[in-house]
Amino acid sequence: MTAPDEGDARPEEVAAARDATHWAKSVSRLRVSDISDEAVNRNVEGRRLMSPIQGFGKMWQKTYQVRLPAEVVSPTDLIATWRSRFPDFWPSDQRFYGPITGLAPGEVAVINMSVPGGMKLSTGVMVLYADEESFTLMTPQGHMFAGWITFSAAKEDAMTVAQAQLLIRANDPIYEVGMMLGGHRQEDVFWERTLAKLAAHFGVQARVDTRVVCVDKRRQWARAGNVWHNAALRSTGYRMTAPLRRLARR
Amino acid sequence: MSETTTMEVRTAGGAAILDIRGDITSGSEDVLMSAYERAGDGTKAVVLNFSGLEYMNSGGIGLLVTLLVRANRQRRKLIAFGLSEHYRQIFELTRLDEAIDIRGDEREALAAAGVA
Repeated sequence: MTAPDEGDARPEEVAAARDATHWAKSVSRLRVSDISDEAVNRNVEGRRLMSPIQGFGKMWQKTYQVRLPAEVVSPTDLIATWRSRFPDFWPSDQRFYGPITGLAPGEVAVINMSVPGGMKLSTGVMVLYADEESFTLMTPQGHMFAGWITFSAAKEDAMTVAQAQLLIRANDPIYEVGMMLGGHRQEDVFWERTLAKLAAHFGVQARVDTRVVCVDKRRQWARAGNVWHNAALRSTGYRMTAPLRRLARR
Repeated sequence: MSETTTMEVRTAGGAAILDIRGDITSGSEDVLMSAYERAGDGTKAVVLNFSGLEYMNSGGIGLLVTLLVRANRQRRKLIAFGLSEHYRQIFELTRLDEAIDIRGDEREALAAAGVA
């Protein structure tokens, strides 16, 4: 879209044009393009996005923060680095295949990871929002969580505070049980490692602070049917039936 | 981006109308929750007037989700009006429109609240 000339446009028009570039365009179903050939791209194409409202389990707000000296990196530089090298900061046993064009609003990435119970999961995320100081990823049907993760950085006193904040529900009853049986801890460790890796990139060894709040204790039983899209079950089923597919091709 | 967010609270029948001016970001939490508190216990619907909204980021959307949880817990309807076309699309994209009743103007919003 073309931004109006700031000299002629009203302030609200300028704000609207800038705002529109930060948000993804409206989509009803996800489309994956321009990702690495080695990514297992299942359970993303054609899926709908899921906000915390559409999930099943208790709603959690999880906040992970790490503090870096502001003279080392500014909030905008930190976010620029985090966005452009996002997969590099993930723990090495999990893979994030972002689009070649980078994490821009509307882009879809594929994730290949292990989940509690030893299952392998192929899922993805869409970049919902991105500006100079934050970006947000939203999950699709079948993902462990319904919700979004916002990565941001802000200056506090003489420090740059990098933060990952999740607002999520487990997507279905199976994931909810998985989260109760160690999934929450695994999630915490995952983001603590990610933030520690981010800080280490800037030469800082820092403690990661974690704050977990249960926003809604209710489980949404009307959403139990989300299990139909469960990516872990579908990924496992796909792998288990691989020999049959090989036989069929002979 | 506006540096300040203000929220005036009016009542109309059994509904409270929150007139939002400025930005909605994660930094607006205190202002939004305080306005929600001022809506009082007796209201059966909270109507968000977005006519004065200048800017909203993903943190602001997250804030609306937590407000929705609170309203649901207290069995209050959450209704919105005055959204620009752009923010209507954002509500659709984030699927907030499935839980927050979006109306065209205040009269329609109050009718949806059952107090018009």
